[in-house]
Amino acid sequence: MSTPPAEIEPTEGSEQALSDAELKTAAPEVLANTLGEYLEAWWRRIKGGESGALPVLIGLIAIGAFFTIENGEFLSDGNLVALFIEASIYIVIGAAETFILLLSEIDLSLGYGVGVGGFIIAELIAPPVNFPWWLGIIGGVVAMGLFGLLQGMLITQLGLPSFIVTLGGQLGLLGIMLELAIVDPTAVGGVIDVNSGPINDLTGKSMSPGLGWIAMIVCVAIFAAVSLGRNRSRRSRGLHTTPQGVTVLTIAAVAIAGVVLMYICNGDRSHLGVIEGMPWVIPFVLIIILAYSWLLSHTRTGRYIYAVGNNPEAARRAGINVKWIVTFGFIISSATAALAGLIYISQLGSVSTDIDGGTLVMYAVASAVVGGTALFGGRGRMVNALLGGFVISVVYNGLAIMGVSPAVEDMATAVVLLAAVSLDAIVRRRAIVR
Amino acid sequence: MSTTESTNGALLSLRGITKRFGPVQALSDVTFDIPAGQVTALIGDNGAGKSSLIKTIAGLWQPDGGEMLWEGKPIRNSGPRETEEMGIKTIYQDLALCDNLDIVQNMFLGHEKLRHRQLDEDTMEVRARQTLKDLSVTTVRSIRQPVASLSGGQRQSVAVAKALINDAKLVIMDEPTAALGVAQTRMVLDVIKTLSGRGVAVLVISHNLNDIFEVADRIAVLYLGHLAVSGPATDFNRQNAVEYMTTGNATASAGAA
Repeated sequence: MSTPPAEIEPTEGSEQALSDAELKTAAPEVLANTLGEYLEAWWRRIKGGESGALPVLIGLIAIGAFFTIENGEFLSDGNLVALFIEASIYIVIGAAETFILLLSEIDLSLGYGVGVGGFIIAELIAPPVNFPWWLGIIGGVVAMGLFGLLQGMLITQLGLPSFIVTLGGQLGLLGIMLELAIVDPTAVGGVIDVNSGPINDLTGKSMSPGLGWIAMIVCVAIFAAVSLGRNRSRRSRGLHTTPQGVTVLTIAAVAIAGVVLMYICNGDRSHLGVIEGMPWVIPFVLIIILAYSWLLSHTRTGRYIYAVGNNPEAARRAGINVKWIVTFGFIISSATAALAGLIYISQLGSVSTDIDGGTLVMYAVASAVVGGTALFGGRGRMVNALLGGFVISVVYNGLAIMGVSPAVEDMATAVVLLAAVSLDAIVRRRAIVR
Repeated sequence: MSTTESTNGALLSLRGITKRFGPVQALSDVTFDIPAGQVTALIGDNGAGKSSLIKTIAGLWQPDGGEMLWEGKPIRNSGPRETEEMGIKTIYQDLALCDNLDIVQNMFLGHEKLRHRQLDEDTMEVRARQTLKDLSVTTVRSIRQPVASLSGGQRQSVAVAKALINDAKLVIMDEPTAALGVAQTRMVLDVIKTLSGRGVAVLVISHNLNDIFEVADRIAVLYLGHLAVSGPATDFNRQNAVEYMTTGNATASAGAA
């Protein structure tokens, strides 16, 4: 009775029509063997309501066009570079929140984490401590990491909901920030000036145009070599590969983005004298996103974050230390908030207790979710935060250029956030109905 | 996987297994053998103790009496982790798959291969593909599909492949065909047969007698916590199987002891 059936060759990539379930859940490069099939699968997914980054890109273009019509200044090199710098904070806190959303948790403390992280860095490098700038940054990141550890322990060891723990954490951090400002004699009226060359230069200084071009070309070349090389080695071993045409198109898109970025940054954006080149904060943010993407896609910890976010019980039974993975998420998100704090103090040249952590944490969630990371765990990538943070800053910057009141700015941002969350919920409902 | 057998031929021998919850006797004196390379079906009415027995075998519960011999050697106080490491893999009805991960990622979850401290996707994909081929699972379009896009039968097959790739010697399956249609059931039964054909012991719990008679080499019937009968599947027919399940005895015995 136990005679095995005759061996049949697996019919992977068979001609049988794509099922709805496959179209809704599988990325087109998984289903396709050629560029043509890729485009077909991609198009059918869009028709089926699973459009990935496309609505965000279309939305971005539409919003950008609207602001350009309202005020031509929007597309000027000077404004776009200011927009990139503004976006960098949203992108970094969006990346921090992405870890947490992937785990199907929420971190509401990140906004004031930016403030406290910024305060700690500023106080460590200012008198009377006078640490070197790099030690100050490490101090801020480690301190916030410990705060994340505390939150993570409360959530995993006591089984408390992250919503409540981090809501408390938000208030606690606000208190810590005020206290730091009170006990520090150099904080005048709750403001500490930041006078450190390298930290001010992060957003204040730029690469020379020549260095920017060289760096961009080298990065694109490395990216192209790595993706083509990996494709070739995988194809030679008979493994699943993205269609070559898709890889080439991706490389072309990255190259075009790089050229456009360089072109914008290297234009003279000063009305008096010459200001040109890519601000250092842009490569800084790109490196953070790249490092976190690598962590998520190439390490066990990253893989387990996705597993825990989708099915903690399955993860536990697979021998994964679920509590540690969740705690790790809270540690890295809080530590990342300190990096956003670094950008914040660099941009302002000071740090004050006026920082609005409540709004910042909304931007963190919005950046992640607008970019396409699911609110309910297990779905999303770091690139989503890059895209989402950019959208948020475009909305804010454009509204500011139009000269609307802060009240309208807030309402408009709320609408963008709600629209993004609704989209996520609709996609999720479709997935469940299946 | 291994076809190692103890002297009496059984991979796992249950000897007088007893499990009590306060006054409730969940299992009393259950004795039967699970041989390698065969499909053993565990059947019984609701509340007969099937779930209690598999939880005990899986190491979730410790028996109150009796002993279990694994490859001839007694198992002592072994938790779920140790039991898994010995090669006993239990596939519960929820399958414990992560919908957002692809087939390869699910099969290696918790046991990822590393190279230079990074995930070694190439090696994992090669091994995953080979394992699916070994199981004659041929209907998936791409092993890089997320599990969410698979049919019920395919998901069950991935769960079996996951057990096999992690060196299963005994695979326990809880109602593997309960929620499946005809074609899907066919697929899962084929996978079960292929699995046992490769020398792996399979213990299947099912209510569906059609499926049982199709795949089982041996049948054990539980009735109110004790073993009503066990023996080769050829000793059973539909009528006496139902009688054993509902009364613990068979009047029209087809030769079962």
